[in-house]
Amino acid sequence: MKYWRKPLDYDQVTVPHGDVHIVVERCKGCEFCAEFCPKGVLEMSPEFNAKGYHYPRAVKSGECVNCNLCEMICPEFAIFSTPLPNGKVGEVVQVDSTGVHEGGEVADEG
Amino acid sequence: MSHEREIIDQAEMRSDVHPVISVTPDHEVLVENHPLAEYLRMDRMPHIWCPTCGIGIAAKCFAEALYELKVDCTKVAVVSGIGCTGRVAGYMKLDAFHSTHGRPIPFATGLKLCRPELMVAVFSGDGDLVGIGGNHFIHAARRNIDLMVVLVNNFIYGMTGGQNAPTTPLTARTSTMPFGNYERPFNIPHLAASCGATYVARWTTLHVRRLTRSFKEAIQRKGFRFIEVIAPCSTLYGRLNKLGTGFDLMKYYRDASEIHNGADTRDVQIDFQGKLICGKFLDEEKPTYIESMHEHYRRVLGERYVPMPDTGGWINGQD
Amino acid sequence: MKADPSGVLTGAHYLDGDFACGEGAMAAGCRFVAGYPITPSTEVVERISRRFPMMGGVFIQMEDELASMAAIIGASWTGTKSMTVTSGPGFSLMMENIGLAAMMETPCVVVNVQRGGPSTGLPTMVGQADMMQARWGSHGDYEIIALCPQSPQEAFNLTIDAFNLAEQYRVPVMFMMDECVGHMTERVVIPPAGELECVPRRLTAKKPGEYLPYAFDGGLIPEFARAGDGYRFHTTGLTHDQRGYPVMSVECQQENVQRILDKIRLNVDKIVRFDEEQTDKADVVVVTYGITARVARAAIDLARKEGVKVGFLRLIVAWPFPEKRIQELAKKVKAFVVPEINRGQMLLEVERASAGQAPAIGVPHLGGGVHDPHDIAQAIVEAAK
Repeated sequence: MKYWRKPLDYDQVTVPHGDVHIVVERCKGCEFCAEFCPKGVLEMSPEFNAKGYHYPRAVKSGECVNCNLCEMICPEFAIFSTPLPNGKVGEVVQVDSTGVHEGGEVADEG
Repeated sequence: MSHEREIIDQAEMRSDVHPVISVTPDHEVLVENHPLAEYLRMDRMPHIWCPTCGIGIAAKCFAEALYELKVDCTKVAVVSGIGCTGRVAGYMKLDAFHSTHGRPIPFATGLKLCRPELMVAVFSGDGDLVGIGGNHFIHAARRNIDLMVVLVNNFIYGMTGGQNAPTTPLTARTSTMPFGNYERPFNIPHLAASCGATYVARWTTLHVRRLTRSFKEAIQRKGFRFIEVIAPCSTLYGRLNKLGTGFDLMKYYRDASEIHNGADTRDVQIDFQGKLICGKFLDEEKPTYIESMHEHYRRVLGERYVPMPDTGGWINGQD
Repeated sequence: MKADPSGVLTGAHYLDGDFACGEGAMAAGCRFVAGYPITPSTEVVERISRRFPMMGGVFIQMEDELASMAAIIGASWTGTKSMTVTSGPGFSLMMENIGLAAMMETPCVVVNVQRGGPSTGLPTMVGQADMMQARWGSHGDYEIIALCPQSPQEAFNLTIDAFNLAEQYRVPVMFMMDECVGHMTERVVIPPAGELECVPRRLTAKKPGEYLPYAFDGGLIPEFARAGDGYRFHTTGLTHDQRGYPVMSVECQQENVQRILDKIRLNVDKIVRFDEEQTDKADVVVVTYGITARVARAAIDLARKEGVKVGFLRLIVAWPFPEKRIQELAKKVKAFVVPEINRGQMLLEVERASAGQAPAIGVPHLGGGVHDPHDIAQAIVEAAK
């Protein structure tokens, strides 16, 4: 997560992290989860399941924030996310008139 | 080794996919860890709905609402009619009844009146509830019977092959209106509100969080609660009107839906591929049928009135 | 179990058939009635709506007969005994949901106070022309039980029997009154609650998780579970397996439908009931039911005066039809005479059961009134020749 100004409660806020579970054999390839995931964690795999549908795969697994949108929007009950116990606080970047500069601490809650 | 087992093994070896599948001795694939498995008949999965159909989302939002409210699921009954949405009862792990076409509302009325402690939900489609079941819809709303009615609107009769429905927008093509629909459709939130419903909301299957919130609100209210869920039907509505799959319809919902909470229901008519006005349109408290009945009889009959017990009209076997 | 006293109006009363039927329902433990007004049945629900609030019952006048039938099925699934009341045109409307009750195996009672038909017909005048419809009205293969009272006293007694049969066999029971019995006022004696036998709902003793809604043993009749008791079962009008889940296969259809037929067909001997008089040495047996039975008695007296040996068989349970008894009698008698207020409906059953061994002669009356006993007597005398 990138910030252009360091929030005052930066030390207290934790971005949740989640793990995506996909029931491959149940997927019917509707692509809702891949399209609507707010973090773009999923994309449709080139592989097929036994019924011939492309199922999603997590390509940016570390970005999943456990928002559960994929779980809610899947009509097949074929995907869900579970929280990962250790939240990772996002990176801080600075933005000024010359553009975005990456940098700053990354604190790991461990 | 079965073919299914091979696939699962291969999938589990890949790091980018985390399938959580268990295989029973009969090689039946079960999802046991899905958070909503408690509310869904996982032994009947996969369900019969088409790829990109939105009915599964509506059922899931209901299950999620039950989960978040920690509702006692032994006291919830769900009644469905006939049609694609009518199959919802078959997939919910509640006392579920799959009744005849158009008649889930009176069926649910009988259930509710004879065991008032039950929370009775009706889950059915647009053709079932306001087509053949229209009469029952308006009377149950008029009486303010304590039911939560969820109407999944895909603008067509899906199960029977794509015929015109009372909600099909003007100019849409269906199998019985092959040159385009010239029949005016219902404005269902307006119908529900004008007949006396006390909670009226419309969401699409894209608005999963707001839909779930609506379900939670409705579950906690009394009286005739009505929620319309606009869902994509790719196999019939989408295909006959060349609108793509349910995926394209979901993108249309994203582009065309506007949230107007508290809007006047007269203004929420849906035109073909037009604006979809969503929101919670009505939320009020009025005496329900059962409350009115008790209040009236207590006033008129006083001590002589014996109400139907909350636990039901079943008379215990006694000798 | 004995009847619940809150519903039993013990005493000797002067009631019409409709009122007596309502009293019978309340005595039997019915606590939910949904109906729609239709002449000549409306008095049943008028009586019930007056007394129900005093005994924990709920009456709701639904928006049409289809809703009424659907509501009583839903009510029955909470374990409550439920009933609806109608006449010919409403009976036709209820047919789809009667099929649903038969398929879901829901105990309920449907009262049809028959009137002149077809269509709107003669709303205030008697008919008996719905008898075949009671058996075959809904689509598909299914079995029901139908009873015919001949007097207000019987309207009371047989309504209790109707509920008992419904509970025992998990089937919708058609209570086929007619307008004459319904609107005739006679002495009705209602005994104390302790003297009335009522069959309670047979609830399962199994725990949720072990219980299957349509599992059955040799008796072919599944145990019931009430909605709201924690069983979280599913039931459907689709062809279903023992779990109540729809299964679209030939085998499932065979198992499901054959069982709902067999549970009545294999128990026919326990279910049939009829009144017989002097059939042993009879040359002619009059087979009749409902109000026509009382007219037929007068006709039989006239015929006996002319020397004809006439037997009398009155159907109390019209469906399932007492084929076996008719078959036995057919070997011995010269003919059957079947007077009824229709163009010949139970006549066809008598003919079928008789299988050509004895002719079945109908004495039809298209409706609007009862027979002239002389017409029936004449038919009997002719048949004896």
